Amino acid sequence: MSQPATLKITPLSAAHRRLGAKMVDFGGWDMPVQYSGILEEHHAVRAAVGLFDVSHMGEIEVHGREAQALVNFAGTNDACKLKDGQVQYSGLLYDHGGFVDDILVHRISDTSYFLCVNASNQEKDFEYIRSLNRWTATVEFASERYAQLAVQGPKAAATLQKLTSAPLGAMKYYWFVDDTVCGVPARIARTGYTGEDGFEVYAAPEYAEKLWDAILDAGQESGIRPCGLGARNTLRLEAKMALYGHEIDATIRPFEAGLDWIVKMDKGDFAGRAALEKLRSEGVTRKLVGFEMRGRGIGRDGYEVHIDGAPAGWVTSGGPAPTLNKNIGLCYVPAALAEPGRTIHIIIRGQPVEAVTVPTPFYKRAR
Amino acid sequence: MYPENYRYTKEHEWVSVDGDTGTVGITHHAQSELGDIVYVDLPKVGAAVEKGATFGSVESVKAVSDIYAPISGEVVEVNGALSEKPETLNEDPHGSGWLVKIRLRNPEEIKQLMAAADYQSYVGS
Repeated sequence: MSQPATLKITPLSAAHRRLGAKMVDFGGWDMPVQYSGILEEHHAVRAAVGLFDVSHMGEIEVHGREAQALVNFAGTNDACKLKDGQVQYSGLLYDHGGFVDDILVHRISDTSYFLCVNASNQEKDFEYIRSLNRWTATVEFASERYAQLAVQGPKAAATLQKLTSAPLGAMKYYWFVDDTVCGVPARIARTGYTGEDGFEVYAAPEYAEKLWDAILDAGQESGIRPCGLGARNTLRLEAKMALYGHEIDATIRPFEAGLDWIVKMDKGDFAGRAALEKLRSEGVTRKLVGFEMRGRGIGRDGYEVHIDGAPAGWVTSGGPAPTLNKNIGLCYVPAALAEPGRTIHIIIRGQPVEAVTVPTPFYKRAR
Repeated sequence: MYPENYRYTKEHEWVSVDGDTGTVGITHHAQSELGDIVYVDLPKVGAAVEKGATFGSVESVKAVSDIYAPISGEVVEVNGALSEKPETLNEDPHGSGWLVKIRLRNPEEIKQLMAAADYQSYVGS
């Protein structure tokens, strides 16, 4: 099927087509949703290694003597705690406390930060961070300078190590290094969106295909699979990682989404802090909880949730959990009813189907 | 690919008629577009179905798709094996992945459906 010319493409678009990927319009990007099949790709990441093209993700760079002041004011997490080469998950909030985006902050030095942001939010984030800049920092929209590949799974380190002299075994989770991968200058971060060990590799777009092919080659003996956004979604859902537009958006505050841990109220002022202070004193009225289907059916994104026969919330993400062989999901419910073990009903095609709230994450890798 | 003796709909169902009963399923093209099928919702035996109306759904990992009745009549048998093994729809959509058997109310309706060659060119390649 031909795609409208308006869709944005990644530097790996041709490679995906050669591999027979099924392409979809993902927020204006022409992206692979699957190659061999979502289930096979999902299992490959849990058991061995998978390779994802996530070049649609955005990159924003903040430089200058006061870069740290701006980054620390923009994000909810404490960027001053970061050391050179360290990565931190953070929230970017409006003044009213809702999410502009969730972001990864990489500290290159105290005068240079590299932010990885969601594809569909990148222009908005850039403008927003610029609007917060009452310092001398420079904010640069850098997305065009980076392709991003995610190598994920228990065999990710062994696969990538064949292509780099950077000592990956010594690299801790949520740290990064600037080095080379198959001779190509690359930023290698031990991060990911799958709940598995793995790396995200940032490099110039002109090298994307060389990297892609080299990583697939290096992973062959481990059974590497190219993986699409379909598996990326089932993997992140099992690990209860938030997806913008689902678990979080402009109307959701971090405390509701269970993201208290990325909010450091004692670090000084930051965008959205006053609203969060107020929310904390009033208490949250709704909370994100995990559920497992008990009845036959799959609770999907946007489905209504009932408790004791009355509307009580909505499903933010739902679907099969291939690792667990269950149908799972996340939903917002009144905070007073959010404890695990509660029977709830998901309205599936007009019919209430039983589910039970459960502790999350649904899946946690053995370390 | 598409059995000669089946008839096909634009919504990618097939029907195979034997006497006054039609066996209904989804096509190879449909399962391929859906991807890994993880759940099938089917009517009960005795339910009445109307040609062109939705009578169940098939869910892949990513999405829910309605199934439309290619013919009108009464459901006389349901493929119960699919609830345990929905992946049969991917593996053998034109055979053991059949969905329901329907006693035809109006056998003339069959003539309005596509022959295999027509369906083949409808889905391309």
